[in-house]
Amino acid sequence: MSGLVLLVNGSEMHVDAPPDESLLSVLRNHLQLTGTKYGCGEGECGACTVLMDGEPMRSCVTPVSAAVGRKITTIEGLENNGALHPVQEAFLEEQAFQCAYCTSGMIMSSVGLLSTEKNPSEDDIIKFMNGNVCRCGTYPRIVSAIQRAAEAMRRL
Amino acid sequence: MADSGFLDEIKQHEVSTGSAWFELERRGFLKLVGGGLLICAASPQLAAQEAGRREFGHELPKDIASWLHIAQDGQVTVFTGKVEMGQGIRTSLTQEVAEELHVDVTSITIVMGDTDLVPWDAGTFGSRTTPTMGPELRMIAAAARELLVKMAAQQWSADPKTLIAANGKVTNPAVDESVSYGALTQGQKLVEVVPGDPALTAPTQWKIIGTPLGRTNGRELVTGKHQYPSDISRPGMMYGKIVRPSGFNAKLVSADSSAAEKMAGVRVVRDGGFIGVVAPTAETARKAAGMVKAEWQVPPQPSNATLFDYLRKNVNANERGMQHVTGSVEQARAGADIKLEATYTLQYIAHTPLEPRAAVAEWNGDKLTVWTGSQRPFAIRDDLAQTFRISPDNVRVLIPDTGSAYGGKHTGDAAVEAARLAKAAGKPVKVNWTREEEFTWAYFRPAGVIDVKSAAKKDGTLVAWEFHNYNSGPSGIMTPYDVVNQAISFHPVDSPLRVGSYRGLAAPANFFARESQMDELAHALGMEALEFRLKNLSDARLRAVFQAAAEKFGWGNRKSSPGRGFGIAGGTEKGSYIATCAEVEIVKGIPEIRRVVEAFECGAVVNPDGLRNQVEGAIVQAIGGALFEQIRFENGRILNARMAKYRVPRFADVPKIEVVLVDRKDLPSAGAGETPNMGLAPAVANAIFAATAIRVRDMPLAANLWFKTGASK
Repeated sequence: MSGLVLLVNGSEMHVDAPPDESLLSVLRNHLQLTGTKYGCGEGECGACTVLMDGEPMRSCVTPVSAAVGRKITTIEGLENNGALHPVQEAFLEEQAFQCAYCTSGMIMSSVGLLSTEKNPSEDDIIKFMNGNVCRCGTYPRIVSAIQRAAEAMRRL
Repeated sequence: MADSGFLDEIKQHEVSTGSAWFELERRGFLKLVGGGLLICAASPQLAAQEAGRREFGHELPKDIASWLHIAQDGQVTVFTGKVEMGQGIRTSLTQEVAEELHVDVTSITIVMGDTDLVPWDAGTFGSRTTPTMGPELRMIAAAARELLVKMAAQQWSADPKTLIAANGKVTNPAVDESVSYGALTQGQKLVEVVPGDPALTAPTQWKIIGTPLGRTNGRELVTGKHQYPSDISRPGMMYGKIVRPSGFNAKLVSADSSAAEKMAGVRVVRDGGFIGVVAPTAETARKAAGMVKAEWQVPPQPSNATLFDYLRKNVNANERGMQHVTGSVEQARAGADIKLEATYTLQYIAHTPLEPRAAVAEWNGDKLTVWTGSQRPFAIRDDLAQTFRISPDNVRVLIPDTGSAYGGKHTGDAAVEAARLAKAAGKPVKVNWTREEEFTWAYFRPAGVIDVKSAAKKDGTLVAWEFHNYNSGPSGIMTPYDVVNQAISFHPVDSPLRVGSYRGLAAPANFFARESQMDELAHALGMEALEFRLKNLSDARLRAVFQAAAEKFGWGNRKSSPGRGFGIAGGTEKGSYIATCAEVEIVKGIPEIRRVVEAFECGAVVNPDGLRNQVEGAIVQAIGGALFEQIRFENGRILNARMAKYRVPRFADVPKIEVVLVDRKDLPSAGAGETPNMGLAPAVANAIFAATAIRVRDMPLAANLWFKTGASK
């Protein structure tokens, strides 16, 4: 075990974990940030997506040691003083979920996309999001939600 | 017929849960929900409907009581044994209660699947929440409203008929006086049996039911605050991991756990062939399980290569199949103009719920509490009681809203494992399956072989229909078409792999075979595919959805051409009706679905947006089973137990989807979680034929089209 310092959602957090433990496991099992989900453990479904220095990363295949010194944002860190992020608002507006187990990862990936692409086309969205699985099949609603969020964010 | 087919099929697939039915116990119920009005309404109407029905080895509760609580602040709590896994019933049931109780939806909370708090329930499957739990809760809510009016009338010495119940209060318009439901129940712990059937609001008068409503807990879902079963944590909780056998039906030869036992805080639990580890952290548990050296003996077992031959040859004569015969298929075929015969096959597929099985178990003395994701909380409670030889009264199962199931979470495997490890550890234990465990040790949608023989007259009249389903199941096996001579059978087989329920059970398979064969007949007759179906179809509701889908799609406006085909399919199951049109383009030998129009009718629509979401999702999910998904297995091992090797539908696979909802306010509401996934595969297979002149009769279609055309490329 080793003492690690992580910067999660703007707070310094001290964790006693082996350096090869996945960031996902540390977030969920050490820091009780359970909004980030385990889906496959192989980086293939996107349920575990978090932002690292603003970029979407699969936390299930990222050793926690690789996250030291980076700014980590999880779904719990998106709200701003109780106000939802425009992407969260858009997912609600479009009801872009069923069981919603994929939703945290979908939202984090979407936030990552919209931070670099202010006005993504439908094809851009599909290409960028293709690594995120929604087993309930709400993909068309998620595409609509991202388009809605993009529009809302352009107006900000 | 269709109904009994699916009940039989569910029964065949269920884990054994014993035959005892336990009287409802309400230990600590009042203490838990606090003061207020507690209503128990006996419902003769529903009782009559349910009377004598024995399902799944259980006699259903005799009192048919449901529970509803109104606190002093007006907050309403509803209790149901149904569970939420993404179908949206937490929201639709809220609408149904709000409608009849005359309160705002925001004042209602539903407690679901907590065996200490809710009435007994068989489980959440078979699209039954909307046709059974919905009306039951509506009746309870209406009874509660009537009771509240009666209480206000007594308080005011007024005639109840002159009072109005609305917006959570009772008003006396004559004197402009009102009292809130909460104020009426204040300080009372009242249990009242309401006799008789209260009048329910007619669908044409609905104000809340029938309107679109977003998820009542939507904010929890988009903020990551909702706690799924795998998110549950308990004070002092440890983490468990099971050491899995190297194959199915394996025997443990030897195990050396000494290295794992030397790890700090690790405990190894051995019990027969069961080996598990418990550790203070999830990571340690994972590593410790990996350090147990176990040797297993795995017997030779069938593989995909021999599967269909195996299924035909291993019919289980001891298990009850189903057989339906009218007229004589043989005679009819002898005199028919067109005779066809074909075999359709389907592979095992995996539900792949995004949340793998998970459970947290906690013992307090001989009382066991388990949080897990399952469709059958009471069956899991009984399984746990039997496994640990304790009274079901001492087991409490709680089902937090779960990360999907699709029929794949009828069992309580993780719950039993967690409870076993927690008992040994003397502390709460969490077991969270990996994706690989979920792919391997859950259960599969059965593979199947379906043989069809049919015959028609030159004018397009269907005269003979013979249909044999091996292993996949009897759901949706009956043909909705008018045909005098029928021989329809389901032949149960000892499946080489563990199988169980899957969204729609065998109906998607039987729809695939039937609607493919109908298309082949139309082609052989030189008739247009929809015209041929309608010529042999008198079911008005099914005709209506075929026509609605065709109209929206523009069926017949464009002809299929090489490389681009159109297909249609439909049917009825579990009281709902579906028709699907698909446009498929063949790109470098790969079928890509461009557009899908689906018309769906399930009686009076409860939540139009929730329903639309279900139909869209079912179409998308069905793309996987139709085109890509298949479990590859050999000698008791799954060869593709990883997300990277098991192809599920992704963003790029989704066509343009248009859903036509046919709302029939004059008909009772049927469930909608399953039937919308049944038309896609045959519509796509028929479109592939229209585009390529190649008939693919084996699912998954994409791989098999490639196989059929690959040789010539």
